[in-house]
Amino acid sequence: MPPALAGIERAFREEYGRAVAVLTRVFGDIDVAEDAVQDAFAEAVRRWPGTGLPPSPAGWIITTARNRAIDRLRREAARDGKHAQAALLHARDEHLEDSWATDGDSPVRDDRLRLIFTCCHPALGTGAQVALTLRLLGGLTTTEIAHAFLVPEPTMAQRLVRAKAKIKVAGIPYRVPAQADLPGRLAAVLAVVYLIFNEGYTASSGEALARADLCAEAIRLGRMTARLMPDEPEAMGLLALMLLTESRRAARTAPDGSLVLLADQDRSHWDRALIAEGQALVRRCLRRGQPGPYQIQAAISAVHSDAPIATATDWDQILALYDQLLMVAPSPVVALNRAVAVAEVQGPAAALAIVDGLGLTRYYLFHAIRADLLRRLGRLADADAAYRAAIDGTSNAAELAHLASAKQRLHHPGAVADDGPRRSRPAG
Amino acid sequence: MKQYLLSIYQPDGDPPPPEVLEPIMRDIAAVNEDMRATGAWVFTAGLHPPETATVVRAADRDVLVTDGPFAEGKEHIGGFWIIRAPDLDAALGWARKATEACKLPVEVRPMVDLAGD
Repeated sequence: MPPALAGIERAFREEYGRAVAVLTRVFGDIDVAEDAVQDAFAEAVRRWPGTGLPPSPAGWIITTARNRAIDRLRREAARDGKHAQAALLHARDEHLEDSWATDGDSPVRDDRLRLIFTCCHPALGTGAQVALTLRLLGGLTTTEIAHAFLVPEPTMAQRLVRAKAKIKVAGIPYRVPAQADLPGRLAAVLAVVYLIFNEGYTASSGEALARADLCAEAIRLGRMTARLMPDEPEAMGLLALMLLTESRRAARTAPDGSLVLLADQDRSHWDRALIAEGQALVRRCLRRGQPGPYQIQAAISAVHSDAPIATATDWDQILALYDQLLMVAPSPVVALNRAVAVAEVQGPAAALAIVDGLGLTRYYLFHAIRADLLRRLGRLADADAAYRAAIDGTSNAAELAHLASAKQRLHHPGAVADDGPRRSRPAG
Repeated sequence: MKQYLLSIYQPDGDPPPPEVLEPIMRDIAAVNEDMRATGAWVFTAGLHPPETATVVRAADRDVLVTDGPFAEGKEHIGGFWIIRAPDLDAALGWARKATEACKLPVEVRPMVDLAGD
């Protein structure tokens, strides 16, 4: 690819959301903004290979997009286009500002924040929130989003059209929520980003490659939200959690594609740079003293990252963090994960008693965790049945391979019972 | 300013006893007052039960008249507001007050702006 085209592609991915956000404010209309930004990138593809990249590609794109849109809207307005007239009127009162080049400052900062809160408005369904966020802020094409979520392209296109139509006719505002509404609205934004990450990390089915891109995109969105909302420790906590989880990607699957559990991973394959960044963020969060669910989950992940080998894991600290998590975000799934830590500190019998009281029978991990506890207690027939239930509950190829081989191993003489805590805890 | 229809979805059957209904009606009246005072109020109405409804439908050259509500269901619209609001967040704010007052779900639906939308 000629350098100029590579530059355009990079500028596109990096600047698309910023440009759409600024122009949505200018024209008061997402469709007008998107069309304008696409026009400007098309112009860049024609022009930049000859002229080279302009000093500020983002500024060039935004200015060109605005001028193109105004030309087009004027032509439409002359033909009595009410919509075009409204957009032009809106543009007359809004300024581009020259500060688009400096990130982190208002008003561009505010424009992107507004766009995030619009995309993740609670009046939109989760599927629509995710699709809009990836399309408008991430600059992914409809084809890419459809592919990543294993949805036919026309279905995804229709989802986006409907969501944008609802924003327009129902009057979903392009605005950062009032302080009083912020906690709830921010939680919705973070949930969308984390959902995109999880879709990429634990794909419920389908191709691994497109999914890894979703993780990268979620981390990019997470960095953006953390930077845009420096006063929200949960935004930083979510970023830390995603970085620490992502750091284990290479160690998480065996060469045959099957899943490798945390305890069995080759920790030399963990990404040290991501761990360092994630742990630094966790420390910054802790200093703020406003723990929330993402920060605590990140802290748990950071404790795992500290252990050079699985047996050196500080399970006491992990259990204490799970106790805290269960307090701020009580849910059966959190209780299930906490039981895994209980098994390490107090032994599998104590953990099984907790798990059996949870009734998460439709969740495959419930059965998988139960199966492992039953195995450690020497109840091999029960463990076998639990593995079967876990296998019936998932369609992910890597998880299936892992569960099938764990079930297989039950029938080998090596499946020793282990009914004590297996931690090696320093005294005191 | 946009206009929104706020519909109350009410379970079919007898209305609640007076000691339950009276405070609800008082709360709804307070929401109405609030809407009027801030200029959001356009119109409001309560409806008689669905079994009092009649559906009229043009079919070929004839017009068909049938007894009962159009949609069969366990809930029907029991009343509604039309309000003026700058955006959906403002409309949802009124809907929140409405549902807290009537203790029933409230659907918010944007109305087509006939002057050009």
